[in-house]
Order: sequence, then structure tokens, then C-alpha cells
Amino acid sequence: MQLYGAQVGSRLLLGTARYPSPAVLAEAVRASRSEIVTVSLRRESGNERSGQAFWALIRGLGVRVLPNTAGCHSVKEAVTTAHMAREVFGTPWIKLEVIGEDDTLQPDVFGLTEAARILSAEGFEVFPYTTEDLVVAERLVEAGCRVLMPWGAPIGSGRGLNNLFGLRTLRARFPEIPLIIDAGLGVPSHAAQALEMGYDAVLINTAVAQAVKPVAMAAAFAQAVAAGRAAWEAGPIEARDFAAPSTPVIGTAFRQ
Amino acid sequence: MRILVNGVWRESGAAGLDRLLAELGYQDAVVSTAVNGEFVATGARAGTRLADGDRVEVLAPMQGG
Repeated sequence: MQLYGAQVGSRLLLGTARYPSPAVLAEAVRASRSEIVTVSLRRESGNERSGQAFWALIRGLGVRVLPNTAGCHSVKEAVTTAHMAREVFGTPWIKLEVIGEDDTLQPDVFGLTEAARILSAEGFEVFPYTTEDLVVAERLVEAGCRVLMPWGAPIGSGRGLNNLFGLRTLRARFPEIPLIIDAGLGVPSHAAQALEMGYDAVLINTAVAQAVKPVAMAAAFAQAVAAGRAAWEAGPIEARDFAAPSTPVIGTAFRQ
Repeated sequence: MRILVNGVWRESGAAGLDRLLAELGYQDAVVSTAVNGEFVATGARAGTRLADGDRVEVLAPMQGG
């Protein structure tokens, strides 16, 4: 899989938030075999210096980082946060989030496209967190995005792929753009389903971090992603409404 | 003068942003800064004068999804 020219082996991207401990986070990243983890920027607290320890831990994992603009509700906030992230993390990659609605964390697609245009023009490689809307996707590609990250369901909801029709249409409409399902997946079968439909990758956070055994769940998602991709490459059959006997009917005994 | 640092008002005599970070003990930390909502790159901190009422953000790497 190529993301902005970078060759990436694993089709599972992992978030780094909400794990029971830094040690479990590190172990989960290893078990997932992810090569890309998402990170964020937050206010550094005076005494704890938790940000410094976190960054040392991530650097020790030897993975690429994809900084996000989580929590930003305006174009201005998202653009400023992207600049701050580029300096701290030393990467032009930015997972661009402009949140429009707090209960669903649905992206503000108008602000998103505007911020994507500004950041792409400034040399950022934008991974926009978007919906499955085709016209928005078109605008994002026009703005310079070479990867799209549509939601499966609201962030952290674990509901899986809410709009299969819309996601299939998006895949068919943009066959050459890497599409990564970002948000809302709950169990490995959701990830397998996304890959079986031809999605290039999935980004998982809560489903692994909040599992009873995060490390085991990270490994389970890795297996599901590998199986789903293998199935897509093998060419799944079309679903149909009625039965089609798998055993040959010619030569069936006891029939006239 | 009073400076709002990460949402908390502080009394500071720092003339520039680099001096404020030193006051806060962040001179060697991996942080990024903004003043009044505008990004200030590391190399521009020394040249960024602070005034009474300025809002400063000091952000560090953190867990994210």
C-alpha cells in the first residue's frame, strides 16, 4: 500500500489513546504489526511531563506517526494545530479532523475541505477524516488529498460499517485513491468486512484500547485485516437472493 | 504582566516567548507553541515579544486516535 509515496506493509493503523497503560499500548502496537500509529498534541502540564515520556515511548516503537487535529472545531484551529504537529513530529502527514457536531463527532465537511486546501497548498500530506459523501470526497481530492479516511460509524461507537451502500459507492468512484476506514469499528469482523469490500486499510483505536485484553485484540484485528485483504484479492462471489446448489444436480439419485 | 499559559493566568517578566518557556522549565522539552492562536516556530520564539494579556499555548505529544 502506498500512502503519499510511502510504502506501507500493514493495512492496520492503530490509535494510541485510551490504553490501560503505556506498557500495554506498546505491546498492542507490536501485536498489531501496525507500521503507522496516530498521535495528538495537547497542553503540556507543568510537573508531570507526560507528553515527553509518551513521545519517547512512541519513538522507541520504530513506527511512522500520523498526527491528528482531534478536537478542532474550526479551520483556523485545525490549520494552526497542523503546523504545530508538523514541527513537533517532523512529518508532513496530518490526519485532518474538523469536528462539526459533538454528539456524533461528525466531521464539518465544509471546514474540512477548506482546511485541506490550505494545508495541501502548504505542503502537508493530508489524511482527511470525512464521511462517505461522494461530492465531499471529490472536493477533498480537488483540494489535493491523495488519501481519504471515511468513517465507518461515529468515533468510539463500535458500530461497524453503518452505510455499506455509501461506502461501496465511494470505493467504486475512487478506485485509485487509498481509502482507509477511520472510526467506528468495534470487532475484527468489521475490519475484515472493510477489506473484503476493497478498502485499503482501517484505523482502529477504541476497539483495541478498551478491549478486556488489548494486546490480544490487536493481534485479532491484524488477522482480520490480513484475511479481509486476501479475500478481496481472491475475488469474493456476488451475494444472491436464492439458493444455488453447490453439489452438482446432474446425476442425483432417486429422481425420475 | 499577565500571560494566559495553557488556559491559566501567570505573572511573568519574560520579554520573549523563549524566556517564558525557560521560566516554565520547557527549554529542553519537545513542545510546540502558539501565541494568540498563531503558530510560532521554534526558531521564531526568541523574536516573539510578549505583551500583557497574551494567550500562549504550549503543546506536547500526546495519545491520539
